[in-house]
Amino acid sequence: MSPDITPTSTASATVRSAGAVMPARHYLNEQGGWASWLLTTDHKRIALLYLFSITAFFFLGGFFALLVRLELLTPGGDLMTSDVYNRAFTMHGVIMVFFFLVPSIPATLGNFLVPLMVGAKDLAFPKINLLSWYLYVIGGAFAIAAMIGGGVDTGWTFYTPYSSMASNSKVLTGAIGVFVSGFSSILTGLNFIVTIHRMRAPGLTWFRLPLFIWAHYATSLIMILGTPVVAITILLLAFERVLRVGIFDPTIGGDPVLFQHLFWFYSHPAVYIMVLPGMGVISELVAGFARKNIFGYSFVAFSSLAIAILGFLVWGHHLFVAGETPYSALVFSIISYMVAVPSAIKVFNWTATFYKGSISYETPMLYAFGFVGLFLVGGLTGLFVAAIGVDIHVHDTYFVVAHFHYIMVGGTLMAYLGGLHFWWPKITGRLYPEGWAKLSALIVFVGFNLTFFPQFILGYLGMPRRYHAYPDEFQVLNVMSTAGASILALGYLLPMVYFTWSWKKGKIAGDNPFRAKGLEWETTSPPPTFNFDRPPVVTEATHSYAHQEARVV
Amino acid sequence: MESARALFPVQASTVAPRVDNLYFFLVAVSAFFAVLVTVLIIVFAVKYRRRHVDEVGAPIHGSLALELVWTGIPFILAMVMFVWGASVYFAIVRPPAETLDIYAVGKQWMWKFQHRGGQREINELHVPIDTPVRIILTSEDVLHDLYLPAFRVKMDAIPGRYTQLWFNATRAGTYHLFCAEYCGTKHSGMHGSVVVMPQNEYQAWLGGGVTEGTLAQQGEKLFTDLVCVTCHSAGSGQRGPELTGVFGSTVELANGERVTADAEYIRESILNPTAKIVAGFPPIMPTFQGQVSEEQLLALTEYIRSLSSSGGTAPAGGAAAPQPATQPDAQPQR
Repeated sequence: MSPDITPTSTASATVRSAGAVMPARHYLNEQGGWASWLLTTDHKRIALLYLFSITAFFFLGGFFALLVRLELLTPGGDLMTSDVYNRAFTMHGVIMVFFFLVPSIPATLGNFLVPLMVGAKDLAFPKINLLSWYLYVIGGAFAIAAMIGGGVDTGWTFYTPYSSMASNSKVLTGAIGVFVSGFSSILTGLNFIVTIHRMRAPGLTWFRLPLFIWAHYATSLIMILGTPVVAITILLLAFERVLRVGIFDPTIGGDPVLFQHLFWFYSHPAVYIMVLPGMGVISELVAGFARKNIFGYSFVAFSSLAIAILGFLVWGHHLFVAGETPYSALVFSIISYMVAVPSAIKVFNWTATFYKGSISYETPMLYAFGFVGLFLVGGLTGLFVAAIGVDIHVHDTYFVVAHFHYIMVGGTLMAYLGGLHFWWPKITGRLYPEGWAKLSALIVFVGFNLTFFPQFILGYLGMPRRYHAYPDEFQVLNVMSTAGASILALGYLLPMVYFTWSWKKGKIAGDNPFRAKGLEWETTSPPPTFNFDRPPVVTEATHSYAHQEARVV
Repeated sequence: MESARALFPVQASTVAPRVDNLYFFLVAVSAFFAVLVTVLIIVFAVKYRRRHVDEVGAPIHGSLALELVWTGIPFILAMVMFVWGASVYFAIVRPPAETLDIYAVGKQWMWKFQHRGGQREINELHVPIDTPVRIILTSEDVLHDLYLPAFRVKMDAIPGRYTQLWFNATRAGTYHLFCAEYCGTKHSGMHGSVVVMPQNEYQAWLGGGVTEGTLAQQGEKLFTDLVCVTCHSAGSGQRGPELTGVFGSTVELANGERVTADAEYIRESILNPTAKIVAGFPPIMPTFQGQVSEEQLLALTEYIRSLSSSGGTAPAGGAAAPQPATQPDAQPQR
């Protein structure tokens, strides 16, 4: 685990930095001052604005997660009051889902890379891109205001009639935050779709596109089709809470289960907003570090679209115990199983890509291995909750908590960190310290499994989620989980430290330190403001390394 | 035994082994694929590790045959899981024709149970062993969920609606009873126990400490106290329908629609009387919204139900064998 990998070591000698120089002018230094950042329309600078803001929210959400885990160290509910605990897990969920996971990969890596990967100067609507960041910040400010004003205690799902009629917390402020930030995601999706359709470089046909772009295209479709539904749902919730219009509360003529239908119509597809971009990142990492085109490219590309479409038809599997008729439960169960198939296709194709590859083990690849392992567990336990007979037992228990953390944290966050390491040299022009990065990847993987694997067992034993106090017999597994969470926290803090350090002190990366293929690697690191000094022309499919070999040798 | 119970829940109902068998199948299939993929990745990653700086991978683009294999096999396995999951599910949601019915009302933050014999319990539920028991659920305020992990069953309690769950306990003992749907401050305090008793002990328990009469008798008293009786009794000039034989029957409404008079219908007719007016009667009944609790509604419903069953009201003290629901009964599922 040497922090320095020089071109002379043979086993994983791919990182070239000796002799590399920073370009004289690039997007980071062409303009200076606060205004040049706050009024920028450069997609790369906006990506960095997003990076800083979602990182802040990530650590805030993580702080609440630690509060929750600390409370659950003992069964008695003795560290904080029930009201504080309920606010802690709600703020954790709201912040992590709406202010970290949903924007995470699309708004940072996607914003930075979509124009670069399609060979464009910027996104189609640069000013709308800036607007989307401001909407995100305004939404985030409402969430912070709700937190400072006393917090929200409804759970991130805002279920009625508790949220509309019973809760005495800052539901409305928090909900407005989610509502406003939703528009930021709609605008990002719109920008990506138009850019991918209209601004591809000459020769960059649909089937030469990087799979990262296919994944972001599928994600954008969900963003623009699904997010308006959650916006409407939140408005209806606000009408009932403020104006007492009977929509969800049965005592004034509403239907509480209607809220769940509307909420999950967005929020289940939102899971795919979170994980599809991660799958796109993994396809790039696997191809880049196996120096090989992805096996079954078109199957991987279309599986993203299949997941996006099927994702809209499975919301009812969140309502198996909510009084849904047995026949609609059957329909939602079978469609949920259908989603498993394109997910399996992706995993098998990534695995097959390793066959006869030229595999090296830099940090991004370690995260990719970690992603496949954790996503596998998350996906396979999805088969358990899709089986209605088993879901009746594990619904609303820690089994479900573990399952969706394996997908959303084990999947999305591993991919996000892997992608951040992979493209960090492109973003900053500098290398992260490889030894520290490998160490933190290992810590994250171990910490994650120790945190969440015991929760599967807890859930099947019957421990309900959102419990402030719990029976004594669940303590051992909860202690393991809390211990894991502390390790995980360390694994997340380390990259924060060395990324910050490498911003100024890291080695100069050069244009293509990993010698990966893709238009983003053909420009300087960091790229110039308009990305390419001359317009790129594409003549081959993505990640065609065999041609490169012919040229190199 | 205790250490085993620390990792796996006790099986105490007829459906529990069926749920667990499916669970073990899912664990086996998952473990197989997890190991398969992990081993393949490790083998490839070691075997095809980069040996030279300039080395690149072989240009393999794909294989339709392989794609079909790893689309087809997961699809078939998924369908097996779906069918198996659905068959277990139907065993869980479809109670047998004859059940011992118990009413449950969730409220912030307690579970209130009412037995047909008139016994009431809070956060504790006594049931006999080897008897199909059906819990009819509703909520006084927000969403709750009655969860009995030892029986592998749970169901939401939804305000304004009746839902149900059923089980047939197979092991005497005391097991957890949880609220599994987040319901506010003391959600985790809405936790109690279900006590499964041998038949003789259960009968003894039923016989102890009941003073208010059966649930139907309590309902009959309410029927008088709330002066329902003035309009809803047989006789000349009656202003509302007479209720004998109504429960479970098909009622014709003023708008020509026909509905089944189930618990849901009775509840709606008390709280929102003008919603479904019976043909031939004027819409003059006042609403009882806010005047009767969910528990009183259940007692009233039980009384009206008793007017339709041949045996009349259940015997006082509930000492006799529990009354099975023989009517085409409440259809709490919607």
